[in-house]
Amino acid sequence: MSTAAAPPTLRRQRRSFVGLWFVSPFLVVFAFVLITPVAYSIYLSVFRDRLVGGRSFVGLDNYAQLFADPKFWDGLGRVALFLAVQVPIMLALALVAALAIDSGRLRGSSFFRIAVFLPYAVPGVVAVLMWGFMYGDQFGLAANLNDLIGSEVVQPLTPQWILIAVGNIVTWEFVGYNMLIFYSALRAIPVDLYEAAAIDGAGSWRVVLSIKLPALRQAIVIATIFSIIGSFQLFNEPNILRTLIPSVISTYFTPNMYAYNLSFAGQQYAYAATLAIVMGVVTAVIAYVVQLRGSREADLR
Amino acid sequence: MSNSARRRIRGVAVLTAGALLGLGLTACSSGTSSTDSSSGSASDDTAAGAAALDAALEKGGELTYWTWTPSAEDQVAAFEKAYPNVHVTVVNTGGANDNNTKLQNAIKAGSGAPDVVQIEYQSLPQFVLPGDLLDLTPYGFADLESKYTAAGWGAVTTADGIWALPQDSGPMALFYNKTVFDEYGLTVPATWDEYIADAKKLHAADPSKIFANDPGDAGFTTSMIWQAGGRPFVSDGDTVTINLQDEGTKKFADMWNQLNEAGLLGDIPGWSDQWFTALGDGTIATVVIGGWMPGVFESGVPDGKGQWRVAPMPQYSAGEDVTANNGGSSEAVVKQTKNPELAAAFLRWLNSDQASIDVFLASGGFPATTADLESADFLGYESDYFGGQKINEVIVDSAKHVGEGWEYLPWQSYANSIFNDTVGKSYLNRSDLNEGLKSWQEQNVSYGEAQGFTVKTS
Amino acid sequence: MSAPTLRTARATHGPKAPRAGAGRRHGSTGAFGRPSTRLTLVMVLFAVYALLPLAWLLINASKTQPELLHSFGLWFSGPFALVDNIHAVLTYDGGIYLRWLANTLLYVVLGAGGATALATLAGYGLAKYDFPGKRAVFATVLGAIAIPGTALAVPTFLMFSQLHLTNTVWAVIVPSMVSPFGLYLIWVYALDAVPTEVLEAARIDGAGELRTFLTIGVRMLAPGIVTVLLFAVVATWNNYFLPLIMLNDPQLYPLTIGLQHWNLQATGVSSDPIYNLVITGSLLAIVPIVALFLALQRYWQSGLAAGSVKA
Repeated sequence: MSTAAAPPTLRRQRRSFVGLWFVSPFLVVFAFVLITPVAYSIYLSVFRDRLVGGRSFVGLDNYAQLFADPKFWDGLGRVALFLAVQVPIMLALALVAALAIDSGRLRGSSFFRIAVFLPYAVPGVVAVLMWGFMYGDQFGLAANLNDLIGSEVVQPLTPQWILIAVGNIVTWEFVGYNMLIFYSALRAIPVDLYEAAAIDGAGSWRVVLSIKLPALRQAIVIATIFSIIGSFQLFNEPNILRTLIPSVISTYFTPNMYAYNLSFAGQQYAYAATLAIVMGVVTAVIAYVVQLRGSREADLR
Repeated sequence: MSNSARRRIRGVAVLTAGALLGLGLTACSSGTSSTDSSSGSASDDTAAGAAALDAALEKGGELTYWTWTPSAEDQVAAFEKAYPNVHVTVVNTGGANDNNTKLQNAIKAGSGAPDVVQIEYQSLPQFVLPGDLLDLTPYGFADLESKYTAAGWGAVTTADGIWALPQDSGPMALFYNKTVFDEYGLTVPATWDEYIADAKKLHAADPSKIFANDPGDAGFTTSMIWQAGGRPFVSDGDTVTINLQDEGTKKFADMWNQLNEAGLLGDIPGWSDQWFTALGDGTIATVVIGGWMPGVFESGVPDGKGQWRVAPMPQYSAGEDVTANNGGSSEAVVKQTKNPELAAAFLRWLNSDQASIDVFLASGGFPATTADLESADFLGYESDYFGGQKINEVIVDSAKHVGEGWEYLPWQSYANSIFNDTVGKSYLNRSDLNEGLKSWQEQNVSYGEAQGFTVKTS
Repeated sequence: MSAPTLRTARATHGPKAPRAGAGRRHGSTGAFGRPSTRLTLVMVLFAVYALLPLAWLLINASKTQPELLHSFGLWFSGPFALVDNIHAVLTYDGGIYLRWLANTLLYVVLGAGGATALATLAGYGLAKYDFPGKRAVFATVLGAIAIPGTALAVPTFLMFSQLHLTNTVWAVIVPSMVSPFGLYLIWVYALDAVPTEVLEAARIDGAGELRTFLTIGVRMLAPGIVTVLLFAVVATWNNYFLPLIMLNDPQLYPLTIGLQHWNLQATGVSSDPIYNLVITGSLLAIVPIVALFLALQRYWQSGLAAGSVKA
């Protein structure tokens, strides 16, 4: 992170290992639950398990197979599309909500802050169950809505709508979380800046554009990176919805679902591990690029 | 009866090479009821094995049993009463899919598996093939063959061993909503042609009604192919033949296409809240499904009480009488068990002792044991839910006409998991099911090859 | 402590790189004009979107199983069965729901508590000390969170099972104890909220590093810690995938898995559909976390306020 090079003073070299003592408990657990499985995945990815013939070393065959696997590209393309559409919408909504709540021009702002954040506290499973019920075009709210407008327009659980339906659930779940990140950053803006702006006679739009948004830049970069990671890991929502509409949501709807089905239904553990590694690299690269761009623009200002 | 048992021996799996195929067929034509791997003095051994089980029950110990059968707790309670030295922990795994995944995980992990576990017939090969289950032959289980239907026994045995005991069975029948049939003047279809005609008639009269609901379900499709005479999966050692365009499969697909392509199939997902509601409020008019369905109706569709009836499964031409099985489970002993004798003893009691079976039947289960299928009480049972109809007469009759020689793939769970990726698309687009079946075949061929099988397609 | 020094320190880099809790809190009203009806209207739409599904949940938790699907989803219908449903949820299958609730609490206390403690220590260490390999640590932590957790599930599962940790509470708790995001948050927060000058002063007074952290660092980090704790609690409470693959025994399930377990119970040969219990159970699962959030929210608010008073 660019902020690693940011201003605050660091300890002198003579104390060089004290910091490590603080970090080590985290690192030990981190190594145990993340590094080791990653290493094990890399190890697994050069083998192949067969029901007949057992395990054999295959070198980079799994990687070659993956890059030629249309199911992998199908899922990757879908999450990329999801990322390109859902993440901007969700972050824009979160930004609007945070700015509105922070504006001081809202009646009952603490109610709205809690209301918007509340869905984040709802377990993902419950959220999907609820929306799944409501999406039902036979008995759900979608059916009620269609009856109301006298047509069959609202069909959330059809192939044409399904990505929107999933995007809606994810947006609903996480808009409050992102709002809170932005809101915290807004609250941290020193009051003297506003005082200065008031003296200059700046209107509220000017304040938003020239004080608030620049101050939010780092928060936006962070929220974007976490949303990218979240999108590439998309699993719970489509996977639980799938029990309702197995033909609409394929087993390779997202790369993560594909990996899950490969290992737990198909017992292709090594191939699934390969997919996990490739997805990890792809995600890390994209997150890194966003981070670089975000901080470069910040530096330019 | 033993003919079909013999053929299904090949069916389930696979373990040895081609020579056994001939052996199986020979034995089959001889029509005797002798069992497989025991020969000569083996009967003494098995008697000793059976005695060892009795001793184990006396000695006692701890067991874990994974299941999703509602009556399991009550069955175990009865067991523990009879054998107070044994303690069985029942773990409710929720359903077949989770159960399989968890079992697979525990086996892969090398520890944590239960001693006794419920496994659907169609998933057995997946665990038998890699040697995850205990062969029950040494414990005298061959003597139990006569207790079960041929189809049930065949589903749990191979030429190499006895891998489980049947718990229930699912001979298919036609369940129809009589209220809807009466209201719209429909006649109970005896053939699929009549079935299709009824569907068209109901749709014309009220498009909001669903005569047949099928959103695309691997279990249903394979059972329907089974009835139509298709035998798309044949295993012989490491060689697997997959032909989802054989005569019977096409026969089913062409028939079902008439409903699918005309948009006459409902797409309400099975077992969803919407499905239960639609069964109760007259939206869905018929269900072709396994004989365990009455129990589901009673517990899940209280609103439908008095409206539903059972009829024989429709046939491809009048006068035929061929059915198929749909669903059904067995229990097996996992090889990981630390106490194989006690586990086998519990299993033997669980699925062959009348005290246990009675508890199972009382909960609405459909038996796999011939004595119960033929008992006057069972056949004469008049179901209040079904308006006093003697439903078991119809279902037991179906059990006697289950088509012979059906086999599942050694990786049926995985195959089913990708069914909706392939055949499901044909349902979704209301297009030719044969195209979806071909694509299902292709993906299974490449999976089988990747798993080291020799896969043939004709 | 010398408040004026702090204030100067803040003022110098505040505008360039404002951070959570770094500056003084501005008033929530006044200064920027009258309440705006238009803005309030926009937020009302927001609130409706956020609360509608929850209203649906509440309304439907009051219906009986037959009424559930035969009535309009967004209004009450039939006998008011909420109390009956709650009673049924709490007593079904020998009261296993309460067991799941207790498990969830255990996982939250140890998992989220541990995650917060580890992240606080590490974030503070990264922010306030220089040590060899620091950049490598940071890059590794951030790189690793990009790897899909779901796909890592298999190797993690195999590893845990070899250590005989699967199907134990530790299989859920230990992985929950790592929160890279929490680490990041504390790190960013500590850069500003804990001025190095204060630590230097404490050190000159002869306080040890750990003591300095516990007496000064933790107090100054309090608002950040509460925020991390809040997120960690929500994450652990909502944890689904990890317990799904790690646990076999329903006696160990957290609420999320238990509810899905009930949901799937309607499937298959011996189905027992209890959607009304799934819905009411879901409602009950949300209540504690919302209550906790509201309670923490006040603390979190005052934490922020306290931070600004100090500055």
